[in-house]
Amino acid sequence: MKLRFTVNGAEREVDVAPLARLLDVLRDELRLTGTKEGCGEGECGACTVLVDGEAVMSCLVAGCQAAGRDVVTIEGAGHEAVQQAFLEEGGAQCGICTSGMIVATRAFLEEREREGKPATVEAAREALAGNLCRCTGYGKVIAAVLAAGGETR
Amino acid sequence: MNARVVSPRTLDDALAELQGASADTLLLAGGTDLMVEFENGRTEPRHVVDVWALDELRGVRAEDGGVRLGALTTCAELERDPLVTDVLREAAREVGAVQIKNRATLGGNLGTASPAADLNPVLFALDAVVRLRSAAGERELPCAEFVTGYRANARRPDELIESVLVPARAENERRAFRKVGTRKAQSISKVVLAIAARVDGGAVTALRAAAGSVAERTVLLPSLEQALAGRAPDAAAVESAARSAVRADVSPIDDVRSTARYRRELLFRLLKRLLREVLA
Ligand SMILES: Cc1cc2nc3c(=O)[nH]c(=O)nc-3n(C[C@H](O)[C@H](O)[C@H](O)COP(=O)(O)OP(=O)(O)OC[C@H]3O[C@@H](n4cnc5c(N)ncnc54)[C@H](O)[C@@H]3O)c2cc1C
Ligand code: FES
Ligand code: FES
Repeated sequence: MKLRFTVNGAEREVDVAPLARLLDVLRDELRLTGTKEGCGEGECGACTVLVDGEAVMSCLVAGCQAAGRDVVTIEGAGHEAVQQAFLEEGGAQCGICTSGMIVATRAFLEEREREGKPATVEAAREALAGNLCRCTGYGKVIAAVLAAGGETR
Repeated sequence: MNARVVSPRTLDDALAELQGASADTLLLAGGTDLMVEFENGRTEPRHVVDVWALDELRGVRAEDGGVRLGALTTCAELERDPLVTDVLREAAREVGAVQIKNRATLGGNLGTASPAADLNPVLFALDAVVRLRSAAGERELPCAEFVTGYRANARRPDELIESVLVPARAENERRAFRKVGTRKAQSISKVVLAIAARVDGGAVTALRAAAGSVAERTVLLPSLEQALAGRAPDAAAVESAARSAVRADVSPIDDVRSTARYRRELLFRLLKRLLREVLA
């Protein structure tokens, strides 16, 4: 099928199998390899992207379901404050989980801001419960989320 | 994968596409169950009707007798919507991580009919009714009858789940829900339990309970209901009712997540605890 959708603000058109995973469309067709595959079954969060502003696992989204949608990956704009916080707090080590962590953090902070609620430790842990990390032990990840929350507010 | 995939834009188009469909035709909603099955080869897609774009199947609205939930309502929406209350909200909150909840739908939870599904025990215990639509018309059936076996349901190939009606809480009805998994977020249930009950004049006048991950499908607990109906719910009665339900109504197995023995013991304890909450 011809898949037309918006990726990081630009209109894109690619020829893909309708059930191709959005993850593969992004990585293989559009060469946006910042989005990572950890498990391929929805468990790890490494493949997190935004679709119409919501964090989803791109390994579970069929290409046909991205038609006409607005997709934002780690390569997109708007993650800068969160990225800086991950850098400064040491929230990234090997980096495999990091794109997913950053995109999920952005969705979380935007939601908190919309609802006028602070980004607490408790809420941050819950928001990132679907993002697994084998390196950091999560302490510095959560510190980065809170630091970024302070900056965007 | 040489599947024929269609993504209808309207409900009528979807129903037309399903007309004369065979058991090979799959409905794709949020994909959180199906995409995994496609990837690991457990399900080979041939003909797929992608219903994700059907906004007619989305949303929550108050209706005579309760709240009507569109089949495509996601767990994230159930968690957020002010019309969705108590146990259903609690159950939706526990379906996986944020990224899963943004895609996992009510219709998909019923559709997969997994014994570990978290919304289904709530739908069973509240006696929710599922509405199925086809080009030929619609029919309704209690959710507890819709699920017929291990990952099996009563949907005909030409039908889709349109919505579910969750009855409003009766006066002095009390409800409770508990899920026990390996960790707090994103884990499949070892045991999941929902109960709705009423006590009038010191006696139990209504009781419905349903449990997941303790049999090949989500099950109601009729022995529990029978043992307590019309009785004063004192500690001894509750204990013996819980014991008979664990003995007669469930058939747990050993698997990677837990053992049969642990599940029986856990269900017994959860039953006692939740019964204390709703019958107090
Ligand atoms: C990482 C992960 C964690 C999970 N955690 C949980 C959890 O904690 N608790 C839980 O209960 N589940 C969990 N799940 C399972 C899954 O998310 C749920 O079962 C979800 O509700 C499925 O909805 P869906 O829209 O994604 O279904 P899909 O995958 O799109 O479809 C599932 C099935 O339902 C059928 N179907 C879908 N919509 C309809 C309709 N309108 N009419 C008729 N049939 C329909 C499909 O044909 C298919 O057979 C998890 C899944 C993953 C990947
Ligand atoms: S690769 Fe998608 S969740 Fe792990
Ligand atoms: S930094 Fe290595 S997995 Fe998270």
